[in-house]
Amino acid sequence: MNFDPTDDRRMLADSISRYLADNYGWEHRLKIAYEAPFHDPQKWAEMSELGVLFALADESAGGFGGAGFDIYTVFSELGRALCPEPVLPALMAAKLLAAAGEDLTPLLSGKTRYAVAIGELSAPYDLDEIETEASGDTLSGRKSVVYGAHGADTFLVAARNGDTIGLYAVAADAARLTTYGLIDGGSAAELFLEDTPARCILSDAAAAFADAQDAGALALCAEAVGAMDTCKDTLLDYLKTRKQFGKAIGSFQVLQHRMVDLTIEIEQARSITILAASRMGTPEQSRTVSMAKNLIGRVAKQIAEESIQMHGGIAMTWEYPASHYAKRLIMIDHQLGDTDYHLQRVMAANQAA
Amino acid sequence: MDLNFSAEELAFQNDVRAFLADKLPREFADKVRANKELDKAELERWHAILNERGWLAVTWPVEYGGTGWSPVQRHIFEEECCRANAPRIVPFGLHMLGPVLIKFGTKEQCDAILPRILDGRDWWCQGYSEPGAGSDLASLKTAAVRDGDHYVVNGQKTWTTLGQHANKIFCLVRTSKEGKPQQGISFVLVDLDTPGIEMRPIKLIEGGYEVNEVFFTDVRVPLANLVGEENMGWTIAKYLLTHERTNIAGVGFSVQALEQLKSLARQERRNGKRLMDNPLFAARLSEIEIDLEAMKITNLRMLSDAQKNGAPGPESSMLKIKGTVIRQTINDLARRALGPAAAPFPSEDLENAALAPADHMHNAAEYFNNRKISIFGGSNEIQRNILTKAALGLS
Ligand SMILES: Cc1cc2nc3c(=O)[nH]c(=O)nc-3n(C[C@H](O)[C@H](O)[C@H](O)COP(=O)(O)OP(=O)(O)OC[C@H]3O[C@@H](n4cnc5c(N)ncnc54)[C@H](O)[C@@H]3O)c2cc1C
Repeated sequence: MNFDPTDDRRMLADSISRYLADNYGWEHRLKIAYEAPFHDPQKWAEMSELGVLFALADESAGGFGGAGFDIYTVFSELGRALCPEPVLPALMAAKLLAAAGEDLTPLLSGKTRYAVAIGELSAPYDLDEIETEASGDTLSGRKSVVYGAHGADTFLVAARNGDTIGLYAVAADAARLTTYGLIDGGSAAELFLEDTPARCILSDAAAAFADAQDAGALALCAEAVGAMDTCKDTLLDYLKTRKQFGKAIGSFQVLQHRMVDLTIEIEQARSITILAASRMGTPEQSRTVSMAKNLIGRVAKQIAEESIQMHGGIAMTWEYPASHYAKRLIMIDHQLGDTDYHLQRVMAANQAA
Repeated sequence: MDLNFSAEELAFQNDVRAFLADKLPREFADKVRANKELDKAELERWHAILNERGWLAVTWPVEYGGTGWSPVQRHIFEEECCRANAPRIVPFGLHMLGPVLIKFGTKEQCDAILPRILDGRDWWCQGYSEPGAGSDLASLKTAAVRDGDHYVVNGQKTWTTLGQHANKIFCLVRTSKEGKPQQGISFVLVDLDTPGIEMRPIKLIEGGYEVNEVFFTDVRVPLANLVGEENMGWTIAKYLLTHERTNIAGVGFSVQALEQLKSLARQERRNGKRLMDNPLFAARLSEIEIDLEAMKITNLRMLSDAQKNGAPGPESSMLKIKGTVIRQTINDLARRALGPAAAPFPSEDLENAALAPADHMHNAAEYFNNRKISIFGGSNEIQRNILTKAALGLS
């Protein structure tokens, strides 16, 4: 047994964390995250050069990583700094393009930005229920809350294709888009497809989509764990320094015990995410990812709400970073399946056994 | 035991319903239902409509232009206003300063100030909290030093709700450093136009603007603006706290929010079914409904006590704790119900994209903003401290 990261992953983590500390300071993050284009194209290019995207694909696809622990490493660091760059859609796109045998070079080098359009208004998480349909070389339907959409070059779209679900590439300028900013930073879009020209790149893509969704959910769990760590550090520091009634508020036992509970829950969240990372590529992948995403949903809510409550008014302000961490931790539950969705997947696995 | 309102109370309820059906502007109700902020002019117009009916100062006695209502009448009025999605009465002049002046002010102060609150000439805000004095309010430092027939005020207030609309502020200031910190505090009225005052906005977590910082530099305030005696501000503040505590449970808001949540869960479709048919979601929703039903009765029991015994006791801290948690849980479910569609930053442009039902575009923003309700007005931790000592006798 060995829970230490490999040297390579340790170096990867260090270089991302150093890059973000030096180049993506808080003020910069705040400005970038909430204004079009909702990310920083120059930093995107620099991070790509640093290998952030190459780490998300395995060697056969032209990358140098791609395993569960690579995803874990990259996204924990992004979460720690609350980095709004759209790396998640790149990860999911890398999985999809690799499954289709496409060339990943434009993606991994950061030159081409992809957004992945699976969910729909009435089927936000479940591939089986989507309605968008292919007819010849065109697609019709509506994709909802497509993350990282602002400025994306290509959309990778899930659409019905007779009895199967196909993977289609739609050029951004071919589609009608309504892009918008998100309450926790970053962008998304509604993608309206009305006989929109599309290229089918994999005709039976259900398994590839499921795999990309698992990888994405794992990434979100890792991002949450990173964000929780920062959240906890900030709160702990505040408990030690904020004084009321002549003493540090951290001397009140009720806050001490709650801080201990948060610490326990964060370790649990880390553990389930490590477990999910280790099960990627095994038959246990989907079930374990669902377990992780469910527990992350519960813990992230507790951390976010307690962080605000135990800080008091200051964490209600835009100016104070903890408020943005809380928003991100909450909104992660709205991406790629919420607590209940993933609980139901775990329940179904038990009921079927 | 009889859980029903009396015949007179029911008749009163009918009057209130009829009034709201007739006079509440539709566009105000639409905004409130959708959790959108009303602007200053809209809030003033609503006050004027209530004032015309004589129903604006619900906590004041009749001789000062108030309604003279009993706690139960007040409760019925608040409940009906919530049900009708009426805007909230801005509390600072009406629910806070008014009762303070009536209890502690001079006749001149009452005569000069109360009518201006009623007719909307003055908009008051509350200057209690400071950066260093939140839960520990008595440690406040903003100083008022006598200079002839004036105080000279220096210091900083913060979290001043809707200060951007106000022309007046009532403040707790330090007038003495002798004795316990509580003993050197005074309650003064300040004109926000006085030279030396600067107000700066604070942006909140969800991007909204409702609170401010207020800086005082050598601000000259006439001694006549002192309320009560010098150094008795703490007594006034404590009295005011009990007034702040009516409707502290926010049951009316929760009832309304739960109704909207139910209707949302029946509209939202997930995988060919209504969200309401998802057993996990339905369980969460039903549980909070049970809590709320119990809360309604807890609230009425305490109300009935207050009707009998005068002021509400420390038990009102229970209402604050449980009431805010119930409200926040409903907000939480309303956010979850939307799934990814809760994520956009609310904006007018987005309404066309019909991502979420129009009344629910602000669900996530409302969820984040309402984290405040367990922090302000005495945080839930402070309420628990009060109950620990005053209700349970543990120390
Ligand atoms: C949106 C908003 C609007 C507001 N509007 C107004 C306004 O109009 N006018 C005004 O004067 N004020 C206003 N307030 C201020 C509000 O009353 C304070 O935020 C509140 O008193 C808490 O103070 P604080 O934020 O400084 O937190 P702190 O007092 O620093 O508390 C930090 C944490 O420590 C806990 N804590 C503190 N003491 C104890 C203890 N003894 N035991 C256990 N736990 C403890 C608190 O519960 C909290 O969790 C507003 C606040 C907000 C957020």
